[in-house]
Amino acid sequence: MIAQLHAVLPEIAILVSGCVVLIADLFVPRSKRHVSFWLTQIALLVTIWIVVATAQLAPVHAFSGMVVDDMLSDVLKLFALVAVSLMLFYSRAYLTARGLFRGEMFVLTLFSLLGMMVMMAAANFITLYLGLELMSLSLYALVALQRDASAPSEAAMKYFVLGALASGMLLYGISMIYGATGHLDLDRVADATLGAQGNRTLLVFGLVFVVSGIAFKLGVVPYHMWVPDVYHGAPTPVTLLIGTAPKLAAFAFTLRVLAGALKGLEFDWQGMLIVLSLLSMGLGNLIAIAQTNIKRMLAYSTIANMGFMLMGFLAADLNGYSAAMFYVVAYVLTSLASFGVVLLLSREGFEADHLDDFKGLNRRSPWWAFVMLIVMFSLAGVPPTLGFYAKFAVIEAAVNQGFVWLAVVAVLTSVVGAFYYLRVVKLMYFDDPVDTSPIVAPGDARALLSANGIALLVFGILPQYLMGLCTLAVTQSHF
Amino acid sequence: MIPYLSLSIWVPILAGLAVLVLHRDTDAPRARWVALAGALAGFLVTLPLFTHFDTTTSALQFVERGEWIPRFDVWYSLGVDGISVLFVILNSFMTLLVVWAGWEVIQSRVAQYMAAFLIMSGLINGAFAAMDGVLFYVFFEAMLIPMYLIIGIWGGPRRVYAALKFFLYTLLGSLLMLVALVYLYNVTESFALQDWYRVPLSLPVQIALFAAFFLAFSVKVPMWPVHTWLPDAHVEAPTGGSVILAAITLKIGAYGFVRFILPILPDASRYLSGFVIVLSLVAVIYIGFVALVQSDMKKLIAYSSISHMGFVTLGFFLFSPLGVEGALAQMISHGFVSAAMFLCVGVLYDRMHSRQIADYGGVVNTMPKFAAFMVFFAMANAGLPATSGFVGEFLVILAAVKANPWLGFAAALTLILGAAYTLWMVKRVVFGAVANPHVAALTDVSRREFWLLALVAVAVLAMGIWPKPFVDVMHVSVTDLLAHVAKSKL
Repeated sequence: MIAQLHAVLPEIAILVSGCVVLIADLFVPRSKRHVSFWLTQIALLVTIWIVVATAQLAPVHAFSGMVVDDMLSDVLKLFALVAVSLMLFYSRAYLTARGLFRGEMFVLTLFSLLGMMVMMAAANFITLYLGLELMSLSLYALVALQRDASAPSEAAMKYFVLGALASGMLLYGISMIYGATGHLDLDRVADATLGAQGNRTLLVFGLVFVVSGIAFKLGVVPYHMWVPDVYHGAPTPVTLLIGTAPKLAAFAFTLRVLAGALKGLEFDWQGMLIVLSLLSMGLGNLIAIAQTNIKRMLAYSTIANMGFMLMGFLAADLNGYSAAMFYVVAYVLTSLASFGVVLLLSREGFEADHLDDFKGLNRRSPWWAFVMLIVMFSLAGVPPTLGFYAKFAVIEAAVNQGFVWLAVVAVLTSVVGAFYYLRVVKLMYFDDPVDTSPIVAPGDARALLSANGIALLVFGILPQYLMGLCTLAVTQSHF
Repeated sequence: MIPYLSLSIWVPILAGLAVLVLHRDTDAPRARWVALAGALAGFLVTLPLFTHFDTTTSALQFVERGEWIPRFDVWYSLGVDGISVLFVILNSFMTLLVVWAGWEVIQSRVAQYMAAFLIMSGLINGAFAAMDGVLFYVFFEAMLIPMYLIIGIWGGPRRVYAALKFFLYTLLGSLLMLVALVYLYNVTESFALQDWYRVPLSLPVQIALFAAFFLAFSVKVPMWPVHTWLPDAHVEAPTGGSVILAAITLKIGAYGFVRFILPILPDASRYLSGFVIVLSLVAVIYIGFVALVQSDMKKLIAYSSISHMGFVTLGFFLFSPLGVEGALAQMISHGFVSAAMFLCVGVLYDRMHSRQIADYGGVVNTMPKFAAFMVFFAMANAGLPATSGFVGEFLVILAAVKANPWLGFAAALTLILGAAYTLWMVKRVVFGAVANPHVAALTDVSRREFWLLALVAVAVLAMGIWPKPFVDVMHVSVTDLLAHVAKSKL
């Protein structure tokens, strides 16, 4: 029993700390709210330590195969924890200025993180679904946290309705797969599909619904409608949260379901992913050009990036999966810094979410302009930034499996994408500032955001460690 | 053994980062001196590349190898042969000039300006020295970032358009090249260029790869019809940007032809040589006529660059030692001459804030020293014997005549066209009576400008009178390259 608990220790830690923060926050006066903040940060730090300390190469199944503790889940949990911790640091000033620096913020964030971690460790469709719902429900509530404003409420409503629809589709798909194979355990389903057992028509139907659910969570075309509205409407810290850690969970979900359980239907989902990938890269990059709001622009950029990531996935071999994982991790690190800068430039009563707010940033602060420059070139995939190696690895995986034409289309859409990333650089460096107010932010947020920006450059010059970690995670987890 | 190549890459980059720290406007004088010291150090570490160079072998020299990304078998592998070594030195020399040329001219964001050029210098040296596909690509593409900023921040009125056009044009070509690099990796399981030189490839595959590489490098050269970014970029870029763009970055495109296309894809190169030769001749003749009608000096020199670079690609695809050596000599000469021409225009622009030929006339009356330099460089641009411009053009024309007299005739038209557009411009700008009060108020070159131009003039003259050291360095490597191209890989 103790050994079983060992496998879910990080989840237990987050659950307990979520409850502790919830209760402790009741007794903390309004002026001492930072106590809850630091409690949350300590909880995240301790959990990071637990994940690292309990990491082992061989996968451990626990609770009758409901969860699995393997390198894949460990690495993804690690990055998700770091992402959430950074997100809270970056957004402290923003939240305080808007009266959102409250216990609910921390508790809901911790519970959504718990949901993500359950998803990452799931070895059964039920666990997977439970994790997904816990994550999604907490995120819906987070989007609506700013009750008195209309845009967040609208975004939350859209997110909830569309998310519920996607969950329903996913559940329907899972039920079909259960009907066809008689199993919910991912490994057993894999055995059944690889052994060509079960009703194939039913399986493929189930697959279609499952892929739809996955596509919704990743936010790829044509299931992308919620992404721009939610990114735009949600308070920026929540946008930052939605844009980072859940992508890691969605990746784990995709990997475990498609590459694990439904490996036998590889040919079928490969075709679907090609369509999703092409549409996302094309549409995402094109529509992003027309955006004037940076949060919306980054939303379309997410769509395009997830489409690019799927290209590694549909190569359907270890090489491709590790490339896709590297891509997601690189994307999350870049995304953190991008929204971090948006948060940094915002202040009381002012949202720096319009593209014009970046005008002349180089004059106001050369350093933050430089950080944003690295972020933009990383998103555009220009060396020597991390984003280049992510794209490189995915292209390599696709070409390796003979998808040269897909790689060519992907790079052509990247050129389109480069246009709007360059536009941000243009605004920062070539234009004169319209807003000359000084940039104020707490020291810890500045230091961490600077480190985040430099990390994109350092990992761009020395990418092998991050790449190696992703390869290790995928190969040790038996796909 | 001292890693000279690594030093030539990292000394300027680190100096550039050091300069960036001095970003406040009050730091400007210190930023200039630190930048100059960095550029000088960057130039000095490249000198041993020339003095210690062994001209008797075509093997790579100053080789450095270290594992970089083991997962894809990517190596930090550097080395130069007779073809690339001169460009590393040329580039470091030009960086020194550019830092010096921007001394008083650049007044806003001095540190960022200097840093951009220093970092770019390191990246360019990296591209010339890289012997690994990914390493080359990283340097090749990373240098777009500083150039984008240089054009966009310190450029003219239409700088945003020009910078964006420059970036997107180049990115489109180079991303397709990335797919080609990855494809070659899949075939050979290696990113080492040496392995790619040996791998057999079928003709259709070679042609597909040729298309990808050709797009990347022909945009950079630039060849007609993908040249349209260059006049815009040149006109809008500050003088230093134009100098580096014309003298060095165009050469990387041409260098790509000899480093990648010819030895990796010899059969496709021979198969498609007619196509490239026609494009080159269009560049030489048609663009020469286009240059003739320009009213903007910088645009005229930009078109003249395209026309001269057409000579380079023509020389490569004649597949004879004369042609390739002529093309390489042309590249180096054009590096000096175009840089000098842009510096001359810069001198005028700093005084009059106009690049229009019509705004000038009779400059010789007020700026005699300057006029002497300008006429000299114009002669070199027109390919007058005893200047460096003559060596390359003569060798390429000779090779062209040997291949086909009509080809030689077409190529030789450049002698007339080049003389026509350059000398006509000089006549309108420099000679005649003083055209207007602004010209009458001009002051002659300062001491800094004088020595700057004199330095380049010495190089142009030296290479024109005694080209042997330059040609000797490249000779063995060129022979080896042509042996490679002659061998079929089918």
